[in-house]
Amino acid sequence: MAKRSGIRSNESVAGWLFTLPAILIVGVFLAVPVLMALWVSFSDWNGLGPPVGGRAQFVGAENYADVLTEEGLAQRDFGTSIRNNLYYVLLVVPLQTALALFLAVQVNRRVLKGRGFFRTAFYFPSVTSSVAITVVFLFLFTASGAVNSILGWLGINGPNWFNDPSGVLHNLFAVFGWTSPGPLGATGPLGLTWWDWLSGPSVAMCALITLAVFTTSGTFMLLFLAALQNIGTEIDEAASIDGAGAFRKFFSVTLPMLKPTLFTVLTLGLIGTWQVFDQIYLTGGGSPGKTTLTPAFLAYQTSFEDLRWGRGAAIAFILFAIIVALTLLQRRILRDRDEKPKRRRRGIDGDPHDGATAQAVTRLNAGAGGAP
Amino acid sequence: MSTASVRPHRKRRLSAKLRTSIVLGYLLLVALAIVYIYPFLISIASSLKTNDDATANPLNLLPETWSFAAYDRLFTEVPLPTWTMNSFIVTLFVTFGRVFFDSLAGYALSRLNFPGRSFVFAAFLAVLSVPAVVLLIPRFLVLQQLGLYDTYGGMIIPLLADAAGIFIMKQFFDSIPAGVEEAARIDGAGIFRTFWSIVLPMARPALVTLLILSFQGSWNEFAHFVVSRQSTELNTLTTGVASLVSGQLGEGNQYPLRLAAAVLMTIPVAVLFFVFQKRIMNSTEGAEKG
Repeated sequence: MAKRSGIRSNESVAGWLFTLPAILIVGVFLAVPVLMALWVSFSDWNGLGPPVGGRAQFVGAENYADVLTEEGLAQRDFGTSIRNNLYYVLLVVPLQTALALFLAVQVNRRVLKGRGFFRTAFYFPSVTSSVAITVVFLFLFTASGAVNSILGWLGINGPNWFNDPSGVLHNLFAVFGWTSPGPLGATGPLGLTWWDWLSGPSVAMCALITLAVFTTSGTFMLLFLAALQNIGTEIDEAASIDGAGAFRKFFSVTLPMLKPTLFTVLTLGLIGTWQVFDQIYLTGGGSPGKTTLTPAFLAYQTSFEDLRWGRGAAIAFILFAIIVALTLLQRRILRDRDEKPKRRRRGIDGDPHDGATAQAVTRLNAGAGGAP
Repeated sequence: MSTASVRPHRKRRLSAKLRTSIVLGYLLLVALAIVYIYPFLISIASSLKTNDDATANPLNLLPETWSFAAYDRLFTEVPLPTWTMNSFIVTLFVTFGRVFFDSLAGYALSRLNFPGRSFVFAAFLAVLSVPAVVLLIPRFLVLQQLGLYDTYGGMIIPLLADAAGIFIMKQFFDSIPAGVEEAARIDGAGIFRTFWSIVLPMARPALVTLLILSFQGSWNEFAHFVVSRQSTELNTLTTGVASLVSGQLGEGNQYPLRLAAAVLMTIPVAVLFFVFQKRIMNSTEGAEKG
């Protein structure tokens, strides 16, 4: 008995000693900083002196009001960044998910020769750093670059991608002769006119959207591939014997079974696309004409360049709130549709934390593409 | 396949249709693979071209005249060796730090009964949901307060442990049967010794996964080094090459130089990828099953 309780107390000490380094590192460089930044977002700290306990004054929700409700440049910049990122999310998430799923189904085919080669080819962009791949894309999308050369073969006069601030939807409207805002010139949410909200992603942003789809589809392809391999071949074969065609088989047999993975990929996509920063930094900090500005970059710029730390921190927390809200919303949808609640173990230890590991892996993997 | 062997007549009937679909499928996949690979091939080719050649013939995979000027300049005019060294320093510390601290914590959370364990685990899970990009301003604030801003310490220490890695390790230890350790404990081995010389060697697959992910993550890390340093001497390859993109490099667009830098900085992760290719493809698979 005595020995047993000795082991128990040993375990208590060891348990804390083993976790202490990680707790310290995560606590000091993650938890504490977040609380500190939360305070800064309610203060007028200008970067001089210590942010806590120095001359910085509490200013209430002023920094939040500056970007959310107060009319002015700060609000318009924030509104612009939200608009840009919204279009980015709306295009990147469906495209990367569909492409990843398509690639996974293709490279999962048993009859396919050279599966390893194709998997490698599609996954490789996900391994490279965001910096390297952005440099490559800047080169591919120059006015006389590779992409425009190929468009030239097809008789299309390609745009000057990264220098073209015009909105894609505006350009489309112009085709039908609709070039002036008209009644849409009225101011809408966040200080932007309705006309501005309807601009669509700029041509420059479209190049960044291509970049994101290119770099993340491989990672998500692996997630789908794993799920497909879990399904195994029996069900697939059963469906074939029943005479289901390839398309019907995919939509009525495979896709429903992939639902959990599909939701994981959509969540990770949503989280990742709201965080795009590296590519914006590298392509000129929102240029051309602020049409590639994102909230993540705006928070950085407001703090580190304009030295309005409080406002920058406030933008970061609004972004945090957006991401958390979307994740919760997605979770709720997932829970409603979860067909096997029994598989969920009880208690925090057993919480499978929907795709948390996948999220972890993807985040660690994120290098490129802004998937976190 | 098994269907086919059971019903040979069926196989024959399907084969013509199957063959066309296979050929079409291959053509499509090959086209897609070219789209995925070509940017990298163009980058390598263009890094060996002259400025004018790279601009005039962006699609050619062979330079008109081979030029190593871009690489030459990277080692003479641009402090690429310093950036490379910094990247290696940071990456090695972060990788081994993560592997060690994450597996220690993961083991404790999986196997050791200590008061507060589920709280600690819940806290790490909560931390996992903080988006990385929201941490840029906070990290800078704390590094400045601790006097770590613009030092190797500030670049390395915040990355030494991460909730995601701890989670991966905990899940792996959960899957190892407890019997082995119990035997060791009965033999009188201490908890750390049991962990170090008995459990950890069994966790090799998970450790390798974590090693790969940490290496790749810290080698490719950009945003953290933007906010944790400002001296050019502390530039890693990512921040250094970023400064090439925005910086003044003399006449012309200098794409061969930039692309050469992009090519060089991709080599270590590419090597890692090809060495551990099987493991990488399987690691994400295992993680998803988890």
